[in-house]
Amino acid sequence: MKRTRETKTHELVRRLKYNKSAVFGLAIVVILILCAIFANYIAPNSPTPSPPELFKALKPGFWSEDKVEGMPLGADAMGRCILSRILYGARVSLTAGFVAVGIAMILGITFGTLSGYYGGWVDALIMRIVDIMFAFPALLLAIVIVTVLGQGLDKAMIAIGIVYTPQMARIIRSSVLYIKEMEYIEVQKAIGSSDARIIFRHVLPNSIAPVIVYGTLMLASAILDCAALGFLGLGAQPPTPEWGAMLSKSYSYIVSGAWWAATFPGIAILFSVIGLNLLGDGLRDILDPRLKT
Amino acid sequence: MKWYITKRLFMLIPVLLGVSILAFSLIRLAPGDPAVTIAGQHASPQVISAIREKYGLNKPLTTQYWIWLKQVLHGDLGRSIVSNEFVAKEILERFPNTIELTMLSMFFAIIAGCIAGIISASRQYSIFDYSIMGLALFGVSLPVFWLGIMLMMIFGVWLRWLPISGRISMMISFQRITGFYLLDSLITGNLAAFISSLRYLILPSIALSTIPMATIARVTRSSMLEVLRQDFIRTERAKGLSERMVIYKHAVRNAMIPVITVIGLNFGLLLAGAILTETVFSWPGIGRYVVNGVTMRDYPVVQGCVLFFASMFVIVNLITDIVYVYIDPRIHYG
Repeated sequence: MKRTRETKTHELVRRLKYNKSAVFGLAIVVILILCAIFANYIAPNSPTPSPPELFKALKPGFWSEDKVEGMPLGADAMGRCILSRILYGARVSLTAGFVAVGIAMILGITFGTLSGYYGGWVDALIMRIVDIMFAFPALLLAIVIVTVLGQGLDKAMIAIGIVYTPQMARIIRSSVLYIKEMEYIEVQKAIGSSDARIIFRHVLPNSIAPVIVYGTLMLASAILDCAALGFLGLGAQPPTPEWGAMLSKSYSYIVSGAWWAATFPGIAILFSVIGLNLLGDGLRDILDPRLKT
Repeated sequence: MKWYITKRLFMLIPVLLGVSILAFSLIRLAPGDPAVTIAGQHASPQVISAIREKYGLNKPLTTQYWIWLKQVLHGDLGRSIVSNEFVAKEILERFPNTIELTMLSMFFAIIAGCIAGIISASRQYSIFDYSIMGLALFGVSLPVFWLGIMLMMIFGVWLRWLPISGRISMMISFQRITGFYLLDSLITGNLAAFISSLRYLILPSIALSTIPMATIARVTRSSMLEVLRQDFIRTERAKGLSERMVIYKHAVRNAMIPVITVIGLNFGLLLAGAILTETVFSWPGIGRYVVNGVTMRDYPVVQGCVLFFASMFVIVNLITDIVYVYIDPRIHYG
């Protein structure tokens, strides 16, 4: 059993190597993860210095004569180092993304498997709820949930996780429906395996490919949506170094010429999302060629 | 066909009921006494008891739901805590602004997306194709609020070509008829107001159009490539038709079917994107209204907007499905 799994992983790595854009995406994601893990070693300054160094407020970075030493990307309106805040922000955004997608996976896999495996009224009920949740644009549903739960990064993660659940549930359901009809499942039923054993030993391991593909793509949109909630003031609250919240606190200063405070956090969001999208697309081409567009 | 539309309309009922239950429970799930939630923290005891009476808040939840649903169906979405105006009235005032924004964005997205996709597909693997697809990847990954800020900075602050926030110049007064600025200024023949409102519209709608533009370009390209591989295209070429005729007269028509679905799906995403774009550009639409509602804990406003947004979204999806069956006679739904 162990050997086959290893060869599958090897095959995945081998085929991923030939997909240049996926390798590029993977490189971005690895850099992002490294930034997140080692933020406290590579960041030149504290993301939330106390007491605030207000005399450095909105000082430009390396491109200007007027630069502050030790702050290559300049300072924000509170005199904090933008580069350091972006590096720490990678930690915040990645954590938020992983937690949100994790919630969506746990709930989605549970409901999707129940729905696909048992069918009947369970399926009908779960799918009607999914239909209702699909009647909301994702960001609006997240806003609604945040309204009930209250504002904050933790609540934003939960909200995004719930919002992505129906999508994950549908993906799992359709793959369970397909696998359920396979002969080896019939064999398991004939020899009297319990439903739990069939689901955990046979159905779920075989529907893992779409979970990985959509999980990666969902991670990209989770980071984007989390930044959006932060930007709207509903997600991470100051002084948390979160990319979306950083943008919302600094974009009014572009009128006075301080473009850097509103530019670099956005580039960080853009590159993380591009990296995850490229990796997700590459994984999809390899793991699930039927979905190739 | 008629049967299919009727069936789809009937399928809307449970979804809309579900949406209404969710919107209803929004206020009941919020912490604290629902009567205070509806009336606001600073309401007088008389107002609170009047609200309690009106919504039957002492009665069981199912009764409360029916009372509330009846009021909603009569167009009563309650009053805003902040402004004390009717929520339905405030939504209808802001709705035209959101429609103007999303329509112009969609217009940009369809024109540019389709053209880019068609040219990309007809010159597959050319530099043009690679750069368009690279840009499209950027487009789907762009945070729309950040793009808005960048456009504001470049075209508003640095080049000073276009205004950066608001709906129309303060200097211009004109008569409101329908609520749509562009339409009203045209009807009244007020050219200055038309130009001014169009100038305020350009940056937000470009920002909002990038994501659908990128998606449309990608789907158009892949759909065109699929069609161009088919036998009838080879026949057309063998007949000696010019490449231009083959692509624009025969391939494009057949390739548009999936594109229309994507356009429909993207209308919903545009509504969500409008929430962010309107916040960046201080655009007086429903998106900014709902965000303000959440920030100010103005629950009746949030509830009204949720109902409104979800109904719009569901209706747009319905129209997409119907158009889809209509343009592709090969599809038959039972």
